[in-house]
Amino acid sequence: MMRASARLPFLQPQDSVRRLALGVLLVVVGLMAGCATVANPDRRDPLESFNRGMFDFNTGVDRVVLKPVAKGYQAVVPQWARRGVGNFFNNLGDVWSAINNGLQARGQETGDSIGRVMVNTTLGLGGIIDVASDLGIDRHSTNFGSTLGRWGVYPGPYIVLPLLGPATLREVAALPVDQQGNMITHVPDEATRTGLTVLNVVDLRAQYLRAGEVVNGAALDRYTFTREAYLQRQRNADYDGNPPEEDMGP
Amino acid sequence: MGTRPKKTWVLKGLWLLIKASFSPVDNIWHKGTTMILTKRQLLATITLMAASVFTPLAQAEDEAPDALIKRLSVDVLDAIKADKAIRTGDIDRVIALVDTRIMPNVNFQRMTASAVGPAWRQATPEQQKRLQDEFKTLLVRTYAGALAEVSDQTISMKPFRASSDDKEVVVRTEVRGRGDPIQLDYRLEKTPGMGAGWKIYNLNVLGVWLVETYRSQFAQQINAKGLDGLINVLVDQNKANAKKA
Repeated sequence: MMRASARLPFLQPQDSVRRLALGVLLVVVGLMAGCATVANPDRRDPLESFNRGMFDFNTGVDRVVLKPVAKGYQAVVPQWARRGVGNFFNNLGDVWSAINNGLQARGQETGDSIGRVMVNTTLGLGGIIDVASDLGIDRHSTNFGSTLGRWGVYPGPYIVLPLLGPATLREVAALPVDQQGNMITHVPDEATRTGLTVLNVVDLRAQYLRAGEVVNGAALDRYTFTREAYLQRQRNADYDGNPPEEDMGP
Repeated sequence: MGTRPKKTWVLKGLWLLIKASFSPVDNIWHKGTTMILTKRQLLATITLMAASVFTPLAQAEDEAPDALIKRLSVDVLDAIKADKAIRTGDIDRVIALVDTRIMPNVNFQRMTASAVGPAWRQATPEQQKRLQDEFKTLLVRTYAGALAEVSDQTISMKPFRASSDDKEVVVRTEVRGRGDPIQLDYRLEKTPGMGAGWKIYNLNVLGVWLVETYRSQFAQQINAKGLDGLINVLVDQNKANAKKA
């Protein structure tokens, strides 16, 4: 036993290096296969083959786990309570939005976000009641990925992340920072932290149950529809709601 | 002074008042560029407004694109709020609403054509007609579900800039309710001699333009199975959606 555990630190790095190499190899093979098989390549989506695989995986997980749980949550928890939960997490999100709106040098949006947090945390009993919306203070949600975009960082290729869904390379790079900006990350007690994260995810999914139905009805191809919507929305945010018309080339 | 300029400023005053009462963001009284009414003008405007309550304001001969969108939005929102059948997703009522209020102000042929892309010019008139019909059904069914969400939302207009000789303009609005305001923008084209003046040919929800969203999906189908293939896919999708509803 002693010897085995003594050898472990020696073994570990080698092991992880091997795994990493294997992972890189798999990704490269996947990408090469992707280049060969995609029917309508899109220059914003060079990893389409890989992305489609990941999209199907996420859809499967959603169908089997997340969506049923969200439906159950919607059925069991009354609407006023769900609204409270949503407001609570929105209020936490507004803190990070306030910081990023500040970093993006958006005066009005920064002021609104700070005002919202102050009003909702106090009068809104820790964020459970959205008093600020009743007062007409708008939400302007944003994150660090958008801050990078604001200062000219290109989005890069479209990437579908496992479980997290649509992103671009820029969002992937910003992810560690956004993770730190998520207040739940800083809850010291692990059980509470996990509980809050799960509740947040389930609540969000429940909010999008209807939207999901709309997409299912509207999309001829859900992958392309989702990609198009995601990339356009991001471009819109990068150009401050006023992007130049895209060239109509093939 | 003739009556025409008077009518113009009365209308403009009216418009400013409507804007002021609907839009907290776009605070007109602080804009250096917008006209500030004198007391007398204000009084006249209010009198005229009171008078016009009983005689619904007829469309001005050359309605500005932003005025058209404002009127249309208020109209449609009110119609939805007044009609419970629409909010519970009664598809026939939604189609009736779309056909009577919205479609007369939309150039749906242009919308379909630009979603289909270059292949549109190769399509026979019959194919073009089927594409338009099926695309319209798809959109109406899709958005019928979204109309059920309408409750206490209001529309606020964002500042509109265009010169009088523009042939195509963008009108920006926001739907305000709970949470984040929803961006809702329209592209309009001038249609001389067609009566309605301005027609919508694309719209944008939350930064996502409708026509562009369908362009790559349509191209995918056309490349794989041709125009008739695309029509068949649309027909199937509409059938599937009808079954679900």
